[in-house]
Amino acid sequence: MSALRSLLLRREAGILVMIMLFCLAVGLYKPQFLTGNNLRVILLLTPLIMIAAMGQMLVLVARHVDLSMGSILGLSAMVTGMMFRDMPQIPWMLGFAVAIGTGALLGLINGALVTLFRLPAIIVTLGTLNLYRGLTFIISNARQVDRQYIPTELKAMSQTSPIFGVPSIIFIAFGVAILAYYFTMHTRVGRQVFALGSNPVAAPLRGIKANQVTLLVFTISGALAGLAGILYASRWGFVNPSNTGAGFEFQVIAAVVIGGVSINGGVGSVPGVVLGVLLLGCVSAALPLLGIPGAAQNAIYGTVILIALLIDRTVRQQGVLGLRRLPA
Amino acid sequence: MSAAETSPPANVAGRESAPPRPLWHLVLVRPETLTLVLLILGVIVASRLSPYFLDIGYILRSFALSAEIALVALVLTMVIIAGEIDLSPAANMALSACIFAWAQASGVPIPLAVLLGLLAGLAMGGVNAFFVIVMQLPSIIVTIGTLILYRGLAQILAGDRSIRIAEGFIGVDRILVLGVPLPVVVFVLAAIVLALVLGGTIFGRQIYQIGTNEVAARHAGIRSRRIKLILFLMIGVVAAIAGIMTASRLGSVRYDLALGKELEMVLMAMLGGTYIFGGRGTIPGTFLAAWLLVVVSTGMTVANLLPAIQMTVLGILLIVSIIATNFIYSRTQR
Amino acid sequence: MKTTLAILAAGLMLGTAGATYAQDAFSIVYIGKNTGNPYFDSITGGFVDACVEIGCQFEFVAPATAEATSQIPFIEAQIQRGVDVIAIAPNSPDALNQVLDSAKAAGILVMTVNGDLVGNEEHRDASILPVDFTKTGPNQVELAGSLIGYEGEIAILSATTEAPDQNTWIAAMNDTLANDPKYANMKLVATVYGDDQPEKSTAEMEALLANYPNLKAVIAPTTVGIAAAAQVVQSRGIADQVAVTGLGLPSEMRDFIKDGTVEAFQLWSPYNEGVLAAYFAKGVLDGSIKNEVGETFEVPNLGTITIDPNNMMNTQAELTTFNAENIDDFDF
Repeated sequence: MSALRSLLLRREAGILVMIMLFCLAVGLYKPQFLTGNNLRVILLLTPLIMIAAMGQMLVLVARHVDLSMGSILGLSAMVTGMMFRDMPQIPWMLGFAVAIGTGALLGLINGALVTLFRLPAIIVTLGTLNLYRGLTFIISNARQVDRQYIPTELKAMSQTSPIFGVPSIIFIAFGVAILAYYFTMHTRVGRQVFALGSNPVAAPLRGIKANQVTLLVFTISGALAGLAGILYASRWGFVNPSNTGAGFEFQVIAAVVIGGVSINGGVGSVPGVVLGVLLLGCVSAALPLLGIPGAAQNAIYGTVILIALLIDRTVRQQGVLGLRRLPA
Repeated sequence: MSAAETSPPANVAGRESAPPRPLWHLVLVRPETLTLVLLILGVIVASRLSPYFLDIGYILRSFALSAEIALVALVLTMVIIAGEIDLSPAANMALSACIFAWAQASGVPIPLAVLLGLLAGLAMGGVNAFFVIVMQLPSIIVTIGTLILYRGLAQILAGDRSIRIAEGFIGVDRILVLGVPLPVVVFVLAAIVLALVLGGTIFGRQIYQIGTNEVAARHAGIRSRRIKLILFLMIGVVAAIAGIMTASRLGSVRYDLALGKELEMVLMAMLGGTYIFGGRGTIPGTFLAAWLLVVVSTGMTVANLLPAIQMTVLGILLIVSIIATNFIYSRTQR
Repeated sequence: MKTTLAILAAGLMLGTAGATYAQDAFSIVYIGKNTGNPYFDSITGGFVDACVEIGCQFEFVAPATAEATSQIPFIEAQIQRGVDVIAIAPNSPDALNQVLDSAKAAGILVMTVNGDLVGNEEHRDASILPVDFTKTGPNQVELAGSLIGYEGEIAILSATTEAPDQNTWIAAMNDTLANDPKYANMKLVATVYGDDQPEKSTAEMEALLANYPNLKAVIAPTTVGIAAAAQVVQSRGIADQVAVTGLGLPSEMRDFIKDGTVEAFQLWSPYNEGVLAAYFAKGVLDGSIKNEVGETFEVPNLGTITIDPNNMMNTQAELTTFNAENIDDFDF
């Protein structure tokens, strides 16, 4: 166990080094990249991805995948946004319950399809990716919820800052990460997710209820996507049936895979994922500063995912020494 | 992976193991039969939805809009039967079409530009094969990565500008063979050839065996890595052909060509009864499923229904078809 | 080839179209860029109201994504339905050429509304644009100049690098800044592209502020860009240092106007585009308007419309400016 732990630590150290090298390199060319203000920019680019990444991590660790996260985000945000628009007298905090509840329900549906019919999660969630997006259009009648209907207090959460010039939305993101850390490291169920993912055949023999754990990770993943949904409304001040959450799942998977979560299940850590998210945030903030056109962003994401996969494989086959031999 | 896969594919190769079943059972309890029934239902529903639907010329022209996707889905079926998957061909179509268009726009003669596009497709298939076969990474994640990468490269090459195609190369879908648009003819011919390859050759049988149990197949002397390499290269080239055909149909190429169409390809294979874990599936199944999808989406479009309803129906179809396929296979095993 | 198609299409028209549409005046379908785009709700409103006046059947359809080819099946479907008029906001200046030709060959009046097939004008019959796009650039520069006392560094935050309308305006802005002595003290330091995505637009806006600390104004001639830029300024609390302006939707900008983040921005009336399109279509179909350059006709509330070269029409000459005084008069 300690061997595995030290290996994980090294993996995280590797990402940290990558982040520092990257920031230094950009900072040499553009000193304004290394300012407090820019740190705020980076942090503000990442909270939604960070929250959703915690859910995706659990799903991947349990040896599944959730491709429908972007659509869950969109549908939850739309349900909440329409509630704000059509029932303005409702207390705005209730929006959180509605968004998280909607997301959890959608995640539960994913989990139920996977466990009840023994279907591969990748195909189920590819189906619900379309299904949930379609439902978003249908319930909203393809109309956007405009800025004026989003409660001012909600929008303020990503604008004004309670402490140190840091908006609340960032605290929420890190709060979720801390909860996820506690869940994975210090709860029985959390450890069972890892046990199930590292050996699905042996897990039931050790008294782990595989179906329940699977249902749970999909529900958590959905709930977090739902939370990201209401925060989308807070961050951008509108909910659009087609744009909100579109392509979000790829960013989340990229962040999680970069953060060292193995797609073969059983391996992954919250600090690694947090660093993976931050690395993506640094890249997103650096590109415009360096004047690199947005067109290059997808190619960079794709390359980064493939490199992360190669690192992942090297670590699995040759241990840490193999990783040291890899460039960067 | 699961116990289900270790038994031989009852419908295709392993006739010797199962006790003889009545012929009606063999014919009816097949996923393709379900697809055919759905197809007939689809035609009936679509003609109810809109009086303008039932017109063979219109249906053929509409199919020509999806023929490129359907063509790739045929090869994808073989890849899935071999136990792998490829989500990148739609992005491959965009990148090879961009390379082709960029080459001919900068003065390269058309045949050479086509060749460049095809080579690009081959190379993209090769990259996928490298990661999956040599580096032994799961194809599902690798091809999600290359899906983003290929699309990104197309974006870098073309920006969001559209590149014009030379006048003489435009209009592959306006060429009619006995009244049928050429892309549809290509699709039908490819389906016949691939069905013969998959169903009637040793190569085809080996694909099923790899997908059923790769370790056993290797012990039996099947060179599974080489066969998978051939399949990945094949889908790369076919995606490039599809991309260039699309370019000719549209008369211009932009990086977002076939954006998001990987779902439709997977859907065609799944709806046709291909088993997602490999080892089972047929080309006629995918062939019927392609028509089913076109009938469903054309029927809804000509009835001016909200496109969201189409997305919802596609999502539900995918889930229902895979549940049905799983169910049918679990029955036929006994 | 084309003749076969024309005959085929004409046959379809005979077989199908006559039955349903014969009794009412005529049928228009407007094909938007994509569903869920609030901008098109307003244009659609204009079509609907005008059709009530003049008696036509109107339907709005749009694909789920704004990808270049996604409108093609919808155009094919309208040909098959045998509508009289296809109005479209094209997602691509050239990928629709072939299918629009089939529509024209089938006797359908094809017009672009709010966007044109730049360089491929022969594939449509007429085009309706909200304003004279050559005046948009100078209008925007004047507004930005008036906000900063005609002095200081300015930047442009646009949509995508190849967006044809935006690029027309940006070229005109550059031209105006370089040649009009009134703007001699205004310096354009950067033009960046947010791809009409809120995330990318925000990152580009933040980078502008980091790279050009003396920036006085940002012109964002795109609805997504101006909202993102305003939000960055609001979030940093620097509305008194950096003026954000550009083209925006009143419904999306109302909050920023009210809290003082944005002093003024511009746009036209998308609603009137729908009205003009419907009246024009009716006139051409019943023969009262000849679709020829130089022809003029009257539209209620819009006054006299002239068909300009390339069969283009505008609903208004110059942009409308929105500010705290008049923002509540507009409900789109």
